[in-house]
Amino acid sequence: MNKVVSNAEEAIAGIRDGMTLMLGGFGLCGLPENCIAALVKSGIKDLTCISNNAGVDDFGIGLMLKQRQVKKMIASYVGENAEFERQLLSGELDVELIPQGTLATRCMAAGYGMPAIFTPAGVGTEIAIGKEVRNFNGKDYLMEMAFDADYAIVKAWKGDTMGNLVYRSTARNFNPVMAMAGKITIAEVEELVEPGALDPDHIHTPGIYVHCIFQGRDYEKRIEKRTVR
Amino acid sequence: MQGDCFVPRNDIEEKLPNPQINTMWTKEEIAQRIALEIKDGYYVNLGIGIPTLVANYIPEGMDVVLQSENGLLGMGPFPFEGEEDADTINAGKQTITMLPGSAVFDSAMSFGMIRAKKVNLTILGAMEVSENGDIANWKIPSKMVKGMGGAMDLVASADNIIVAMQHVNKAGESKLLPECTLPLTGVKCVKRIVTELGVLDVLPEGGFKIVECAPGASVEDIKNATAGRILT
Repeated sequence: MNKVVSNAEEAIAGIRDGMTLMLGGFGLCGLPENCIAALVKSGIKDLTCISNNAGVDDFGIGLMLKQRQVKKMIASYVGENAEFERQLLSGELDVELIPQGTLATRCMAAGYGMPAIFTPAGVGTEIAIGKEVRNFNGKDYLMEMAFDADYAIVKAWKGDTMGNLVYRSTARNFNPVMAMAGKITIAEVEELVEPGALDPDHIHTPGIYVHCIFQGRDYEKRIEKRTVR
Repeated sequence: MQGDCFVPRNDIEEKLPNPQINTMWTKEEIAQRIALEIKDGYYVNLGIGIPTLVANYIPEGMDVVLQSENGLLGMGPFPFEGEEDADTINAGKQTITMLPGSAVFDSAMSFGMIRAKKVNLTILGAMEVSENGDIANWKIPSKMVKGMGGAMDLVASADNIIVAMQHVNKAGESKLLPECTLPLTGVKCVKRIVTELGVLDVLPEGGFKIVECAPGASVEDIKNATAGRILT
């Protein structure tokens, strides 16, 4: 069982034009920075990207958007990216905006092997159009399908060579549920350790979900909104 | 504004509006008024904008846990300069701190606890609210499309939703309407609205009811600024 690769370029080597990718992170927090940089360098295009946000103009998925590598974006909030909003309003980019909880839970469903979930989010709104509505105990719910992603790319704080992952603080966000949801999951970590170095009781993502792992480098960890007392 | 997160309660007394001089509520006073709705032991989710300010006015000695839907319970004030942690942010992507007893979890669990009604109170902003409690706050077709973030999940699940907003938009048009004109975020979900003019409830049978007028605002002022039905 050899999951360790030496860098992001090697990790993304199997990604092809037209694939569907999940990218962990919330805003710029907990982003797989190394893999995004490698994807930008690769020039792979026509991608469908599932991620809560679209980065900002010069960081995160925003870098891939600028290069027109993204054909379709599935996200919940894209307010921080002017280039994204421009491509969306001009119709150059296909965008599906979905509720944040629906996004997370559709990942979870994929990771738990469930085909669909029922959620009240969006009932009676335009996102309900064309979706099956079921009434349980007097309340309406939308049926939302589990995601089907070729790759999930996540960022963790620490990981071992078996693929077990530990996240840090709110950089956890979508990473654990996306890690579970990809057909192939790539994890980049700040620190790669040997089996046994992580306490089994403290593992957030069991290695069974992770196919490929490497220690990233030069993390910028940019802060989107620096607020202080 | 960024500097006065979590102002101790005794500082707030001095900032209370003086009916002799002040007319209507400022954003801070709207937040202050909403803080009165919070009860001891509540888990509260605060949206972006005026709702964020509510954290400043939670009475001292009251045990309230703030939920941030990116995956945190126990959100604390902004960090001191030099102590910002890029891994520790709130749902508005601002750097924050965690209070003792905080818990971090993934985004699916975060919305799990919202859907399962473990969060007692949700406070959020809106572009429009209708007289049957519909809310619109995520999209202006062909002008602004930022996305709904967690708002659709929150309004669809929470039993206790308070909207904090200005009574009229920048064009001077009422935001309290017979029916929303913008794409909806949720239907029949808003229970109470706090604006610069006062506090209004959405009645279960439909229509707004004036609960309280802000100092300097009259019932007539509120009626004039409200396009939806007001029942007395």
